[in-house]
Amino acid sequence: MDLEAAKVIGAGLAAIGVGVAATGVGNVFGSFLQGALRNPAAADGQQGRLFIGFAAAELLGLIAFAVAMIILYAV
Amino acid sequence: MSAAAEVKIDPMHQFQIESLGGSVLDGTPFHFTNSALWMLIVLGSILFFMWGGMKRDLVPGRWQAAVESVTGFISGMALTNIGPEGRKYTPWIFTVFIFILFSNLMGMMPFGIVDAAHPFTVTSQFTVTAVLAVISFSIVLIVGFWKHGFHFFSLFVPHGTPGPLLPLIVPIELISFMVRPFSLALRLFVAMIAGHILVDVFGYFIVNGINSGTAMGYGISLISFIFIAGVNALELLVCAIQAYVFALLTSLYINDAVHLH
Repeated sequence: MDLEAAKVIGAGLAAIGVGVAATGVGNVFGSFLQGALRNPAAADGQQGRLFIGFAAAELLGLIAFAVAMIILYAV
Repeated sequence: MSAAAEVKIDPMHQFQIESLGGSVLDGTPFHFTNSALWMLIVLGSILFFMWGGMKRDLVPGRWQAAVESVTGFISGMALTNIGPEGRKYTPWIFTVFIFILFSNLMGMMPFGIVDAAHPFTVTSQFTVTAVLAVISFSIVLIVGFWKHGFHFFSLFVPHGTPGPLLPLIVPIELISFMVRPFSLALRLFVAMIAGHILVDVFGYFIVNGINSGTAMGYGISLISFIFIAGVNALELLVCAIQAYVFALLTSLYINDAVHLH
């Protein structure tokens, strides 16, 4: 297998991580909504924590994206 | 399909830093770049926005209400996350928030229909976001060591950690502390890059579809256009969320330095 083909396959594999992070972000917001609908009075106070969880889950997907870009353009 | 009319997809071109004219000082590598130009434009728009709302009327007009809602939002965030000491750190948190928000939004502006005025997203450069993150991290370190001295290292030992677990917990806490500036900078920069690449690639799809002149090409262009409108709306949301997340995490890290867990 030549290097170009290996690069494209590697970038595609790295893109799997983005999809997995998408399920993580969905899980964060879904769980927040589940809790918020049971106790709407407490929901507004937890918005900061919601976005901390969102940021932590999203970061890993963005790192996977950065790895894909590095494989495609910088290697 | 005529291959000659096809436009080559090159989504990374928009992030290139170019010199606008010669060296600022003769014989030095210092140039006035498009990044510097757009930083000045961002600064100008922030000044315009803030000055328009700083009339201090007793009954605020629309503009003053808009500015006050932004400042109130940030000072409220500092107050809930850091406590009463948060007032001291509000200026930096507000600076970070408004700079990131405005440079993200200016990068999304559709000035690109005039070729020379193509917007440059300042926050799509790792150097810019890294400087912001390093300043935030430095504030954490300086405040932590200033207030607590060497007791600041107790940040790496959570309350009630059993003794045998210490050799495991302390390195993990240390790594998660040291990686903070990188994660702050990387998150903002990659989120901006990813959004702009997505919009750019679908923009090329529209152009190539119309150039192909076939019915399927027109169909793809139409679908891409509808998709790109939705993605642009999402990107505006991401611009605001990334600015909010950066400011929120900065205030949380400062809270760690002020209160030590």
